[in-house]
Amino acid sequence: MHSLSTVKSWLTVCTLDDIAPNTGVCALVEGQQVAIFRVGEDELYAIDNFDPFSNAYVLARGIVGDRGGIPKVASPIYKQNFNLRTGECFDDPSVTVKTFAVQRVDHQVQIGCHE
Amino acid sequence: MAKQNLVVIGNGMVGHKFLEKMVETGSDDWNLITFCEESRVAYDRVNLSTFFAGKTAEDLSLVEPNFYQNNQIQIHIGDKAVRIDRDAKQVISEKGITINYEKLVLATGSFPFVPPIQGKDTQGTFVYRTIEDLEAIGAYAKSCKVGVVVGGGLLGLECANALQNLGLETHVVEFMPRLMPVQVDDAGGILLKQNIEKIGVQVHTSKSTTEIVSENNRVHKMRFADGTELLTDLIVFSAGIRPRDAIARSCGLMVGDRGGIVINENCQTSDADVYAIGECALYQNRIYGLVAPGYTMATVAADHICGHHSQFAGADMSTKLKLLGVDVASFGDAFAKTPGAREITIADAIQGTYKKLVIDQSGKTLLGGILIGEASAYGNLLQLMQNQITLPPHPEDLILPARSGHSTGMGVDSFPDTTQICSCNNVTKAAICEAVQQGATDIGTLKQCTKAGTGCGGCVPLVADLLKSELKKAGIEVKNHLCEHFAFSRQELYHLVRSQKIQTFDQLLQTHGTGRGCEICKPAVASILASAWNDYVLDPPHAGLQDTNDAYLANIQRDGTYSVVPRVPGGELTPDQLIALGQVAKEFGLYTKITGGQRVDLFGARIEQLPLIWKQLIDAGFESGHAYGKALRTVKSCVGSTWCRFGVQDSTSLAIEVELRYRGLRAPHKIKSAVSGCTRECAEAQSKDFGIIATEKGWNLYVCGNGGMKPQHAQLLAADLDKETLIRYIDRFLMFYIRTANRLERTATWFNKLEGGMDYLKQVILEDSLGICAELEAEMAHQVKTYACEWKTTIEDPAKVRRFRHFVNSDDSDPNIVQIEERGQNRPIYEHERQLISLTRN
Ligand code: SRM
Ligand SMILES: Cc1cc2nc3c(=O)[nH]c(=O)nc-3n(C[C@H](O)[C@H](O)[C@H](O)COP(=O)(O)OP(=O)(O)OC[C@H]3O[C@@H](n4cnc5c(N)ncnc54)[C@H](O)[C@@H]3O)c2cc1C
Ligand code: SF4
Ligand code: FES
Repeated sequence: MHSLSTVKSWLTVCTLDDIAPNTGVCALVEGQQVAIFRVGEDELYAIDNFDPFSNAYVLARGIVGDRGGIPKVASPIYKQNFNLRTGECFDDPSVTVKTFAVQRVDHQVQIGCHE
Repeated sequence: MAKQNLVVIGNGMVGHKFLEKMVETGSDDWNLITFCEESRVAYDRVNLSTFFAGKTAEDLSLVEPNFYQNNQIQIHIGDKAVRIDRDAKQVISEKGITINYEKLVLATGSFPFVPPIQGKDTQGTFVYRTIEDLEAIGAYAKSCKVGVVVGGGLLGLECANALQNLGLETHVVEFMPRLMPVQVDDAGGILLKQNIEKIGVQVHTSKSTTEIVSENNRVHKMRFADGTELLTDLIVFSAGIRPRDAIARSCGLMVGDRGGIVINENCQTSDADVYAIGECALYQNRIYGLVAPGYTMATVAADHICGHHSQFAGADMSTKLKLLGVDVASFGDAFAKTPGAREITIADAIQGTYKKLVIDQSGKTLLGGILIGEASAYGNLLQLMQNQITLPPHPEDLILPARSGHSTGMGVDSFPDTTQICSCNNVTKAAICEAVQQGATDIGTLKQCTKAGTGCGGCVPLVADLLKSELKKAGIEVKNHLCEHFAFSRQELYHLVRSQKIQTFDQLLQTHGTGRGCEICKPAVASILASAWNDYVLDPPHAGLQDTNDAYLANIQRDGTYSVVPRVPGGELTPDQLIALGQVAKEFGLYTKITGGQRVDLFGARIEQLPLIWKQLIDAGFESGHAYGKALRTVKSCVGSTWCRFGVQDSTSLAIEVELRYRGLRAPHKIKSAVSGCTRECAEAQSKDFGIIATEKGWNLYVCGNGGMKPQHAQLLAADLDKETLIRYIDRFLMFYIRTANRLERTATWFNKLEGGMDYLKQVILEDSLGICAELEAEMAHQVKTYACEWKTTIEDPAKVRRFRHFVNSDDSDPNIVQIEERGQNRPIYEHERQLISLTRN
C-alpha cells in the first residue's frame, strides 16, 4: 500500500513517450520492480511487477483494460486481473499486489520513494 | 400499539446481520437500538486483511449507505454497553445512556486470546481483530524487519501473510506439532508447512514461548521452552479467541465453564428476553468462530422475536481458505473419528497437494475430508457430505484429477433442490434456480439477488455451474457477446471491421463498444484486424492489444523468459540450418528441444535477448514460426515419394509450399496442417485443421480435425484434387472459418456447431452456394501478398527493438530469473529450489 504522505522523494524513471498508450513498462526503483501503466493518453498507475500467481516479474507485460470502469491489468501468465488503483486481484480477493505512488511532471514519469 | 424497544449490544458482523434480518422480517413492531463500541459501524472482519492491500474502512463496511437512518435504527457509535439491569430491563452505556428494553440481543463477539507470557505487553506486540489493530501494526511495521505470529491456526497464517506483504521477514510460532491443528491432520500439516515455507514464511512448530525480551522498551527477541531464541521486532498474537461474555456474567446470565453465553436452539440465553448470537454465544458447549454460523443465529433470533419458527441446530465448521496462496479446506469429520470410518488419501509431494476423504463404514457416504494445495473439489464434496448423496463406486475419483473423458456424474445436476449451495448465506439450489428462472442470467445479478457467493466466495464455481446448467435447461440462449465491452459476437465484429474498413481497436471501441477493453476483446480484435488487414502486429495502435505471446513475438514461460521457434516449413531442415540453430542456442544458453510439430524450440531467452537471437537466426535464413500466434503453426510432412518406397506423391514439397502460403495467417485460433505421401498417413494429416493425403490421382483434402484436448478426426471435404484446386479450396475454407468462428474456436469445435455439417460446408466451399468464394479467395490473396516476417520487421527498426527490455530505466536483466542445469542443458528453477539456493549461498 502506498500513501502519499510517506513519499520522501520522487524518482524519474522515463518519459511519457516511453510508455505507449494502454501498455506498461517495468522500472527499477530502489531495487524493486515497479510496473507502470499508461491508461488512455495520460492516466498513470504503478503496481508491483511481481505476479503472485506465477512468481514471475511480468505484470508490466499484461494487457491493460477495465472491468466495470475500473482500470486493470491481466497477468500475462495465467490471466488473473489486478485492479490498477488498489492492486487487488479481481479473481482472488485474498491476493493483492503492492501499489506505488506515480506522478507526471511535464513529460517525466516519476515514482514515489519512501527512503 | 406503541412500538417496543429491541436493543442489540455489539455492531459487528453478526449484530448487523441481525438488524438486517429484523428490517426484512418485522421491524415495524420494534424500535431498533444498537450499541457499537467501535468507532465505525459494522465492517467485514473476514476480509480484514485486504485493508493492508489498500481497501479502506469504507470498502470494508457492511452497511448500505443510510441503512440505519432509512430504517429508523438508533445507533450509538463509539459507545459501549457496560451494564445490564435485568430487573429494570435496562441497558446502561459507558457514556451514561440508559435504555429500556423489551428484548435484548447480545452480539458482542470475541476478543483475541493473549497467552500469559512474561513481556506480552511490551511495545511491539499486537493482536489482529479490528481495523485499529491493523492500523497500529502497519504503522509499527515501518520500523521493523522481522515479525512473528504466535499461533499457527487459520487466523495466524492469514496474519503471517499480512506481515509478509508488509515486507517483514515472517515467522510463525506454533505450540502444537503442526499448523492448523484444529482442521488438518499430521500428514496434511507437514505438507501445509512445506507449501508455506516455499513462500518464504518460516514455520516453527512445537514451540512454546516463555518470555518476550525487550530492548529499549521495544520487542527484541522471544525465548522458548526448549531454550532456543528468535530475534524479532514485532509480535502478533493469534492464539485463539475468547467470547466476550463479561457483561452477561455480571448480570447473572448463565455462561459456560470456559466462557461463552449459553443459548438454546432459539438463541435465547438463560433469560428468555435476552438472546445471544455470534462468537459470544455458546451452543451445546460450543463456540462457533466463523461468520456463517453467526449469520444463522442472527436469522434464528430475528425469526423467533418476530414470532416465526426456525431453530439453530449447530453448524458445520467446514472451511476453505487460501492461506499464503495455498488452498486449504477441511470439512466434516476430517479426523475420521466416526466409528468404522475409512480414509482415502492421495498425497502428491511434487504438486504439493494432499487430499483425504473420510467415508463411512459402508463406503456409501462422505463424512468429511481435508484438501491441501488444491481444493477445487471442495464445493462439490461439501454438498455430497451435507446431503448424504450416495457416492460413486470409486470415491477416489472425486479427488483424482478427472480421468479423461470421464465425469463422475456428481455435478450440480445430481444435487437435490434443498441442497445448500452457499453456506455463508444459506442459499439453496432451489433458490438459485428460481432466481435464474426469474431472469438473473449472469453471475453478478445472481449474486446480488440471492446473496450466494458474497461471503467467502467458495461457492462461486458451484453457483456458476448451476447457472449454466439452468440456462441450458431453460433453453435460454447464452449470449454470445464477446465481453462487457462489446455487445457483439466475434463474427459480428469481424463483419463490422471488414465492411466499415475499421483499422484500429480504438476506432472499433468508439463506434461499437464501451469502456477500455480487456484481455478478452483486445486480442480477439487484434486477431480480426490482422486477418483483415495484415498490418504489423506491434505497430503502436496494435501492440497493447496483443495476447501475451504475440506481444513479444515469442512464447512466455513460467519464469517470464521466452521460447523461440523459427519456422521450419514442412519440417525440412538442412544440416547448416541445424548447426546455425545449435550455435545460437549455445551462445545464449538456450534449452533446445524437438517439438511435436516437427521443428526446434529454443527455451529460456530473456526478453532483452530476443532481438539479438533473432538477428542471428534471420541472418542464418530463418523466419518467425508464429508459435506464439493464433495463426498457422506447422504443416507437418512425411518424406513421401522422394524417399519412401510407398509414397505416391511428393508430400514434402507440397507441405513446404502450403506452409509458405499460409504462414503468418492469423485466425480465431491456431491452425495446423500436415501432408502425407500415402494412405499410411505418417504425417497424421487427419488430426489437423486441414490435412492433405496423397492419392494415385492427386490429393484428398480433409478438414476440421483436432489433436489436443478433444481429439477428433478430420473429414473428407474433397477427393483426388489437382494442386491448384486443392489450394483454392483451402483458401476458401480457411477464410470462411476466419469469418465465422468464435474467439478461440478451433476448426473442429467450429465445425461441430455448424448447422448442416459437412454437406453444408461442401456446398459453401465446393459449390459456392453463398456466392462468397471470389471474395474469400481475394481476401486470402491479400494475406499471401502482404506477408512479412514479423521478426525481420522488428529487428530492422531500433524503435521497435526498444520494447524488448526488462526495465525502462536500466539495462539490467530481471534478477529473479535463475536457471540451473539438468541433463546438460538449462531449465528454470522451481520455487522450492530458490530457497535451497539462497541457503547454500548464505
Ligand atoms: C512446443 C510444443 C511441445 C513440444 O515440446 O513438442 C507445444 C507447446 C505448447 N503447446 Fe502444444 N505444443 C506442441 C505441439 C502440439 C501438438 C502436436 C502437433 O502440433 O502436431 C498438439 C496436438 C495437435 C493439435 O493442436 O490439434 C498440441 C496441442 C496443444 C493445445 C490443445 C489444442 C486443442 O485444440 O485442444 C494447446 C492449448 C491451446 O492451444 O489452447 C497447446 C498449447 C501449447 C503452448 C502454447 C502452451 C502455452 O500456452 O504456453 C505450449 C507453448 C510452446 C512454447 O512455449 O514454445 N498445444 N501441441 C509443440 C510445438 C509444436 C510446434 O512446433 O509448433
Ligand atoms: C482477521 C480475521 C479473519 C477472519 N476470517 C474468517 C473467515 O475467513 N471465515 C469466517 O467464517 N470467519 C472469519 N473470521 C471470524 C469472523 O470475523 C467472526 O466469526 C465474526 O466477525 C463474528 O461476528 P460477531 O458479530 O459475533 O463478532 P464481531 O464481528 O467481533 O462483532 C462484535 C462487535 O461487538 C462489539 N462489542 C463487544 N462488546 C460490546 C459492548 N459491550 N457494547 C458495544 N459493543 C460491543 C465489538 O467491539 C465488535 O465490534 C475472521 C476473523 C478475523 C479477525
Ligand atoms: S505416409 Fe506413406 S509415403 Fe509417407 S512415409 Fe508413410 S508410408 Fe511413406
Ligand atoms: S459459501 Fe461462502 S459465499 Fe457462498
